[in-house]
Amino acid sequence: MPISLSPQDTMALWVTFKLAVISTTILLVLCAPAAWWLAHTRWRGKVVVEALVTLPLVLPPTVLGFYLLLLLGPRGWVGGTLESMGFNHLAFSFTGLVIGSMIYSLPFVMQPLTNAFQATGTRVLEVAATLRASPLDRFFTIVAPLARRGFLTAAVLSFAHTLGEFGVIIMIGGNIPGQTQVASIAIYDHVEAMDYQSAHALALILVVLSFSLLLAVYGLNKKFKVVGVGS
Amino acid sequence: MSIQAKFHLERGDFTLDVDLQIPGKGVTALFGRSGSGKTTILRCLAGLERIEDARLQFNGDLWQDATFFLPVHQRPLGYVFQEASLFPHLTAKNNLLYGFKRISARERRVQLDDVVSLLGLETLLTRYPDALSGGQRQRVAIGRALLTSPQLLLMDEPMASLDVTSKGEILPYLERLRDELSIPVVYVSHAIEEVARLADHMVLLEAGRTLAQGPLQTLLTRTDLPLAHSEQASAVIEGTVAVHHEPDHLTEVTFAGGSLLISRQQRAIGAPLRARILARDVSVALARPDASSVLNSLQVRIAEISDDPHPGHMILSLDVGGQTLLARISLRSCRQLALEKGQTLWAMVKGVAVT
Repeated sequence: MPISLSPQDTMALWVTFKLAVISTTILLVLCAPAAWWLAHTRWRGKVVVEALVTLPLVLPPTVLGFYLLLLLGPRGWVGGTLESMGFNHLAFSFTGLVIGSMIYSLPFVMQPLTNAFQATGTRVLEVAATLRASPLDRFFTIVAPLARRGFLTAAVLSFAHTLGEFGVIIMIGGNIPGQTQVASIAIYDHVEAMDYQSAHALALILVVLSFSLLLAVYGLNKKFKVVGVGS
Repeated sequence: MSIQAKFHLERGDFTLDVDLQIPGKGVTALFGRSGSGKTTILRCLAGLERIEDARLQFNGDLWQDATFFLPVHQRPLGYVFQEASLFPHLTAKNNLLYGFKRISARERRVQLDDVVSLLGLETLLTRYPDALSGGQRQRVAIGRALLTSPQLLLMDEPMASLDVTSKGEILPYLERLRDELSIPVVYVSHAIEEVARLADHMVLLEAGRTLAQGPLQTLLTRTDLPLAHSEQASAVIEGTVAVHHEPDHLTEVTFAGGSLLISRQQRAIGAPLRARILARDVSVALARPDASSVLNSLQVRIAEISDDPHPGHMILSLDVGGQTLLARISLRSCRQLALEKGQTLWAMVKGVAVT
């Protein structure tokens, strides 16, 4: 079966990857300090935060998407405020998709990072402090390298998870080709229209890409192993 | 006085309340049982523990008071932790250089080569921490701290996590450090042999309070303190290597009160030497014991006679040329010899540990 993609399908793939890269990057940056805090805080309310962070893992994506739609739409708290300030609301926009994906993939980034930071412990940081390293310096020269497997795992899980995202996107993104139509929804459309050949082409590309990605990551993971640190 | 520290902390049922004066040179031991607050004090000195009610001054510089707190990474100190805590992702060499790279070039008084030869690290540099033994890791950790050219070295029981062999491997290096560093060292320990071997000055801690602080020799032999009454009660005599008696495999050490013969030491004539003498290894006689297998007899004067917790024992503080020796003798001997303060006696020393 020859694989040929329509311009619209190519676009859908492009939107999918753009979405995965952007939301994963932002998530990593935001979650690193949050996971650090979660890994080391002795605050008793910590369990509430942990439960909240894990919630997107348990909820049906449509529930998540539904509430986001309400929140980001023109009458929602966020969307409405934006409208009143002269901006557009975020439902059916790429920005809305990014926000949705980030919440959807949050547990997949927080979990590995928190675990990695817990494994790193605080002693190495105390040592680094007595060796004149400032807090930021300690993060980049000690925490980041020791937790690199955690970062790698978080990045891969978030990326892969976003590739396969469907429910949240269909709720808040609509299905606007070139803007908010992602590959998973395009496949669904093709199947609905009985165009199995186009569905096949897109699906196969996703399978091959995802597999190559995971293969590369597990290979790297082995190489990245920090001796003496379990993470 | 170079370090003045007042720390007050209430945490659960632990109270820390100390006011310390630590001299600007030599090794000061923080000595006490576990739970006495030694490590907490050391962490407060470093700034790793931030307690509210504290005042800390180092060489006239304020490090902490009610409104000011100098962060750890801005304090010119080196810290050696109980376990070596090397960075697992860096080689021994890069561990050593971690702090070194973070101080300005003109502050670098200690160079990599100095530390490598001082601590015998030549063959370890390219290895990762997991390929080093416990003793080797601790040597790298000590070197790493020294390479920041610290003005104060803090050591938290650096040998506690090591087996006997590794301890034996580290101790000579620590002694070299003591002799070659011109900076003050604060050394936490609960092992009196270690303290007697390394320290010049001592802070005696019990349940978060200072029982006493002062020169090591004084505190070891003060009979109002628990040390002089423990099973390990001992005195330290400081002397110099005078002569080696080769055929007998002995070294003679002289000091103001006389001389001691000890097993042959690999030290140069004229080198300073500390001898630790346990109270239970000293017995006394009214006349010079001529026919005895005991090698060392010293003429001493009784400075004090005090009770021992064991009802059948007495502790004698004996002045020997300005230094003090302790002797634990039986109550019965004390009575039969009619010992009294000021009396001149002969002390027979059955064992000398070189420190």
